[in-house]
Amino acid sequence: MANIFAFAEARNGELRKVALETVTAARKLADATGGQVHALLVGAPGIASKAEQLAQHGADVVMVCEHAGFTQYNPEATSAVAADRIKSGGFRAALFSTSAQGRDLAPRVAGKLRVGLVTDVTSVELSGDTFTAKHPINIGKVVSTISIAGTPAIVSIRPNTYAPVAKAKPGTVENVAPVGDPSAARVVVKELVTGSGGKLDLADAPVVIAGGRGLKAKENYKLVEDLADAFGNAACGATRAITDDGWRPHSDQIGQTGRLVSPDLYVAVGISGAVQHLAGMKTSKTIVAINKDREAPIFKVADYGIVGDAFEVMPVLTAAVKEARKGH
Amino acid sequence: MKIAVCIKRVPDMDVRFKIAGDGTSLDETGVKFDLNDFDAWAVEAALQLKEKAGSGEVVVLSLGPNAVQETLRKALSMGADRAVHLQADKIPFDSFVIASALAAELKDGGYDLILFGKLSPDSSNAATGPIVAELLDLPCVTAISRLDIADGRGTAKRELEGAQEIVEFPLPAVLTTDEGLNAARYPSLKGIMAAKKKPLESKPAALGEPTVKIEKLEMPPERAAGKIVGEGAAAVPELIRLLQTEAKVL
Ligand SMILES: Cc1cc2nc3c(=O)[nH]c(=O)nc-3n(C[C@H](O)[C@H](O)[C@H](O)COP(=O)(O)OP(=O)(O)OC[C@H]3O[C@@H](n4cnc5c(N)ncnc54)[C@H](O)[C@@H]3O)c2cc1C
Ligand SMILES: Nc1ncnc2c1ncn2[C@@H]1O[C@H](COP(=O)(O)O)[C@@H](O)[C@H]1O
Repeated sequence: MANIFAFAEARNGELRKVALETVTAARKLADATGGQVHALLVGAPGIASKAEQLAQHGADVVMVCEHAGFTQYNPEATSAVAADRIKSGGFRAALFSTSAQGRDLAPRVAGKLRVGLVTDVTSVELSGDTFTAKHPINIGKVVSTISIAGTPAIVSIRPNTYAPVAKAKPGTVENVAPVGDPSAARVVVKELVTGSGGKLDLADAPVVIAGGRGLKAKENYKLVEDLADAFGNAACGATRAITDDGWRPHSDQIGQTGRLVSPDLYVAVGISGAVQHLAGMKTSKTIVAINKDREAPIFKVADYGIVGDAFEVMPVLTAAVKEARKGH
Repeated sequence: MKIAVCIKRVPDMDVRFKIAGDGTSLDETGVKFDLNDFDAWAVEAALQLKEKAGSGEVVVLSLGPNAVQETLRKALSMGADRAVHLQADKIPFDSFVIASALAAELKDGGYDLILFGKLSPDSSNAATGPIVAELLDLPCVTAISRLDIADGRGTAKRELEGAQEIVEFPLPAVLTTDEGLNAARYPSLKGIMAAKKKPLESKPAALGEPTVKIEKLEMPPERAAGKIVGEGAAAVPELIRLLQTEAKVL
């Protein structure tokens, strides 16, 4: 029997989808050995109201740590309480998400506990005493299987690899105290700047529409946004060629040095398909490419390609998607 | 201002990698290596801070085989003042092992800032910087895309999914760099000449027991060959049909 720890990520008082993914991955691991899932939820007073959702996705115990010092992400105090809980709970493994927050937390926790970790994993397995995880390396061109010697094994799960599965558990809520005073942390998030409200983020969107230099000029990026609007559940991304030119912020860049996305549908518009770009989107479930050059490398990874001028194809495609989604 | 920058020698990703006979490492024949991009931005940030302060020292550190001296020389030719090579037969995959050896070297260095890249594209751990920060009990901000230092304190911007954080921290601190922070300078001819005379100290790395082990490497499944649906706007109805019936995403 092995109990598994899951960090339930929240931002601004809201649970993030990756929290449910992490709990789902933990549930699968725990079920393999008849163990329990203990989720940790950290936030400002009131965050306890989110515990129920974690129970519905398979948390046997939800540890809630509320403090005004957790109003914004508090890396030092959050990693301190996570490390403390992981240590005292005797867990076999501790799971985080490979989100911006989880990427920050997991190595801090491993550093505090002096144990090994594997980040950005696409699957985890516990068989007998051996804990292994699959971790893409070399921009996804090679996949490694890594074993972690010590206990607990710290891992962060790549977003969108474990779809949240509802599996109701009692979800006993346990209040836990922070370690030290969260308001006295040295590193302080002064402000959270959120983008234009309502727009889906790249990490969460089931559909991503991305544009590249083939769009010729900044104002033509609207073709990408229009198609995203037609889908209704889409976020917009970009290649380095156009973030470098300032058409889009760097936070929208997909690829080796940018964001990693794995949506159900990825539409590449005017994108050549350089390896560094493919590194960020190659694991998307369905890929569509629109490019006027039949030889463009993007067509090698695209499930469906249209050879054509984006300026001609995009308005027609946008109208057709609108039509198809009528009634949704 | 005394700044340390940890830099890694990484393979050029624009190649077809081959798994070596042992099944747990990659064949390096024909692979080119260079300074990690994220680390180039870290070196650039350090040089800019030193230039702004008008004085100070930028020290670059790299752990690995003798070949990493070439990477250190590149950073020296960009303008770093001196280099430290921590010798190891190969660059370990294990971030904890690398971080421990770097932390031991950095511990008593009296640095105001210790900079890392956010991630190295080969091992893709994105972990070394924050582990070093924990081992040295220093404030740490990861993945920064903007940095201001004044009066012993820093302000940084961090990119999150669809949002940014503005973060304040005291010095000394550990930071890891993200894309957008700056554009790294190229070494000038003068810089390359000057680098040859700059100090490069080489000593054994304090390597601890591994915490993780590569059991197996494999190639990811190839994507099934796609199809060209058609040409121009005329192909749109067929694409819509395929998205609805075959891919079931619409
Ligand atoms: C270390 C390193 C890291 C990098 N990291 C990243 C990264 O994270 N993300 C990233 O994206 N890139 C990255 N790059 C850059 C990458 O190598 C490419 O340069 C970049 O992805 C190209 O962007 P693009 O496809 O928009 O432009 P281009 O390569 O210029 O392609 C434009 C495409 O548009 C097509 N086109 C032109 N006109 C039309 C039209 N009217 N209709 C339809 N199609 C048209 C062309 O046929 C062409 O295929 C990195 C590079 C390096 C060296
Ligand atoms: N062998 C090394 N020598 C010096 N710095 C390193 C080494 N490996 C990793 N780093 C630093 O840690 C950062 C993140 O690497 P990683 O944790 O491997 O993704 C790199 O960008 C470097 O700044």
